[in-house]
Amino acid sequence: MRHLLGIEEMSRAEIERVLETSEAMLEISQREIKRVPTLRGRTVINVFLEASTRTRVSFEIAAKRLSADAINVSRSGSSLSKAETLADMARNLAAMSADVLVVRDSTAGVPHMLAERVRVPVVNAGDGCHEHPTQALLDAFTLRQSLGSLENRVIAIVGDISHSRVARSDIHCFTKLGAEVRVAGPPTMMPAGIEALGVKPCFSLEQALAGADVIVMLRIQQERLDGALFPSIREYARTFGLTQRTLGLAKPDAIVLHPGPINRGVEIASDVADAEPSRILDQVTNGVAVRMAVLYLLTGGAN
Amino acid sequence: MSHSDLNSSVPPHADPAEQAEATGGRVVLDAQGIQRATTRIAHEILERNPSAEELCLVAIVRGGQPVTDLVAAQLAQLVGRPVPAGALDITLYRDDVVARGVRPMPRPTRMPFSVEGKRVVLLDDVMFTGRTVRAAMDAVLDFGRPAAIQVAVLVDRGHRELPIKVDFVGKNIPTSRAERVVLRARPDGELEVAVV
Amino acid sequence: MSRVRIQGARIVDPASGRDEIGSVDLVDERIESVGRESASVPDQLIEATGLWLMPGFVDLHAHLREPGQEYKEDIETGTRAAAAGGYTTVCCMANTDPVNDTPAVTEYIQRRARESAVARVRVIAAATQGLRGEIMSEMASLAAAGAVAFSDDGAVIMNAAVMRRVLEYARGIGRPVIAHCEDLNLRGSGVVHEGAHATCCGLPGSPAEAETAMVARDLELARLTGAHLHVAHVSAARSVELIREAKAAGVRVTAEVTPHHLSLTDETVRSFDTNFKMAPPLRSARDREALREGLADGTIDCLSTDHAPHALYEKDVEFTAAPFGVVGFETALPVALELVREERITPLELADRLSTRPARVLGISGGTLEPGGPADLVLIDPERVWKVDGGRLCSRSKNSPFLGRELRGRALRTWVGGRLSFALGEEAGA
Repeated sequence: MRHLLGIEEMSRAEIERVLETSEAMLEISQREIKRVPTLRGRTVINVFLEASTRTRVSFEIAAKRLSADAINVSRSGSSLSKAETLADMARNLAAMSADVLVVRDSTAGVPHMLAERVRVPVVNAGDGCHEHPTQALLDAFTLRQSLGSLENRVIAIVGDISHSRVARSDIHCFTKLGAEVRVAGPPTMMPAGIEALGVKPCFSLEQALAGADVIVMLRIQQERLDGALFPSIREYARTFGLTQRTLGLAKPDAIVLHPGPINRGVEIASDVADAEPSRILDQVTNGVAVRMAVLYLLTGGAN
Repeated sequence: MSHSDLNSSVPPHADPAEQAEATGGRVVLDAQGIQRATTRIAHEILERNPSAEELCLVAIVRGGQPVTDLVAAQLAQLVGRPVPAGALDITLYRDDVVARGVRPMPRPTRMPFSVEGKRVVLLDDVMFTGRTVRAAMDAVLDFGRPAAIQVAVLVDRGHRELPIKVDFVGKNIPTSRAERVVLRARPDGELEVAVV
Repeated sequence: MSRVRIQGARIVDPASGRDEIGSVDLVDERIESVGRESASVPDQLIEATGLWLMPGFVDLHAHLREPGQEYKEDIETGTRAAAAGGYTTVCCMANTDPVNDTPAVTEYIQRRARESAVARVRVIAAATQGLRGEIMSEMASLAAAGAVAFSDDGAVIMNAAVMRRVLEYARGIGRPVIAHCEDLNLRGSGVVHEGAHATCCGLPGSPAEAETAMVARDLELARLTGAHLHVAHVSAARSVELIREAKAAGVRVTAEVTPHHLSLTDETVRSFDTNFKMAPPLRSARDREALREGLADGTIDCLSTDHAPHALYEKDVEFTAAPFGVVGFETALPVALELVREERITPLELADRLSTRPARVLGISGGTLEPGGPADLVLIDPERVWKVDGGRLCSRSKNSPFLGRELRGRALRTWVGGRLSFALGEEAGA
């Protein structure tokens, strides 16, 4: 595995490898001295051209736990805001002997573009609406902690599927691990041809959650509820919000995931987010472990 | 690739490269020899560390696990109660900077006790260049500040590359660099050490 | 007086229906004889066995970027690329800088063409001032200055009332309106065809209806006004259907399709390669099939390249940020020949769609091999295999979707008014 650009191009074996490696990484995060010298002397550059705190911090912690140096580059104040092209910036970063580039951008395909131009491994930390592979891997890891295998499990992903990179990556990851995936949301937020990814689109929460083992709630962006795609937040919460009542539509021991940050009262009610079925905080903990595993595996020099 | 990798023994494995090590070579320590050696090691550990409350065993995964199991069993008999034992995976502490192949999979580490102020005995199957033990020491020190670290191995085959000494050894076996020394399980389940 | 004889070629001339082996004599700027060999001794004899001789191709839709964007292409480099592709006439669109909405700019382009072009350049002027889609341009003056058609291509006339008046007025001037049919609201931020591939890539998609809804609107307005509407770069199956119905009902509509739409589909965007980004976007295999059928049965009248050069650094950016458009002069022929090889169209029909009909659509000269007519011809080798190499393309810009691919079929020599504008492997001489 030279880069981690998306789950779509990963094999099941590669996914399993990351998940297995993450186990050991999780243990390190539970020690008192949360550090191993494995990536000592290596430099990880977080190129976050789309604002993000949580994911960036997670990658930064992951790098530091492996004793790597972590540098952050963001858009404002970077050379990019002075109209240097992305391709040129990438070449400059590589010339600084970065060992890994972690890239997030609001446009699909940017990590792929960089991977073609630089000679170091590239990790996609989210490219537009396309993929967010480490999120899907940590979601799968979290699910396996509770469920063991995902084979034949029913997983419902609910929200603005058209604009969600988490949905796409989750779909690829869960289907490759043998789960049955349903996607649910209003028709205006369901992308054309989604069936091609091997999932069943549902247009009501009832349809999606019936008998589900896992519910993944996606964050609804306020900007998208300005009337163009959906009339109001209130109506969204009423029709697609996960509450104690709608949670009851799924299996009794169903678990709940959310990539965060959560909009309490919109896509997920507070009492659900904080209750037993929710694994939201585990996702955050596991996120560091999974990102450590990815940094470890990509810097192996097996090119 | 560090030689200690070749020498971390495994019970019968799917890996074809290790199949060669699974049956050939000459046996230098059979099951009884191993039993005698680990019994003696257990006695020596107690001699050196008379106050058993501060003692703890740490197996260097994976080769050190069978050795630790045997020594721990002996110590438990001698002391009258179990001695704390943990398992330390040192994959992430290795000093071979860029693996030519794919990254090795880190195995689980279980250190269910604090090493603070304790007398830690690291156990492995074969001592060779000393790099594995050095990595294990780094790892133990990341868990806390022990009062002492001692090293016990079943077989010392020489060719040290670092100034690491062995405190307790089962058998010294001179070897040539090209040879491999493996602790393996026979089809009938008995352990043996062979030079391949 | 200089006589050039092209001997033993397969002469493909849709205007006369001729498809036979023979010789053609060119004397100075004219074709002197076609078929039967004249007794006179030629000054230059070109042995053309196994090759095809066709009327020089006429492109109704190209962007030569001069004035204002010469870093992408100019009239000289553009016409060199055109001639290398077998084109003897190129019609250039008005989205230059400044926009070609005044006789001054039209005259400038024509002067520059006289000075530097190696193919004939005909000017398409803006339909509305500044391409803003609000007030119609001074079409009569522009026509008098030489404009052969009007188009807001590069932009869209979103206001139906404006489009109606543009069509009416142009009808009075006797020129067609070339419409880039795309509802910008339906398109939204779409950069690729809305469908499964866009969904997988997470790229915003534009549905086929962004085109078909506008085609439907413009056909209604053409029917209302009786004007000649020419639909640019058709990309969707439903558009072909609508045009077919409209023609059957007597609406004065003609249409064109690009080689890349005939050849490629939206699957190509998976690579995030911006050389597959253009407007309208590449659509599904089903759409592509309908376009091929439409070209074969004549619903679509002609092949036009929509040659749209962009500098390398402009295209070497994030997919959504890259400008739309690809170059096409030099790859049009081999792509079109695929349809002949698949027996969707005959060589005569190929020449018809590349030369004869485009000339007729605009009412300009060209597209025929008739004795006494201008010597605008192209000699092609339909079997020659060649690799599309950016370094060897004549166009200043290299944004081709066929880069690195091997294509079959190539123009060997192109004559414009009897002058050799292009000769493969040699400098194009006087």
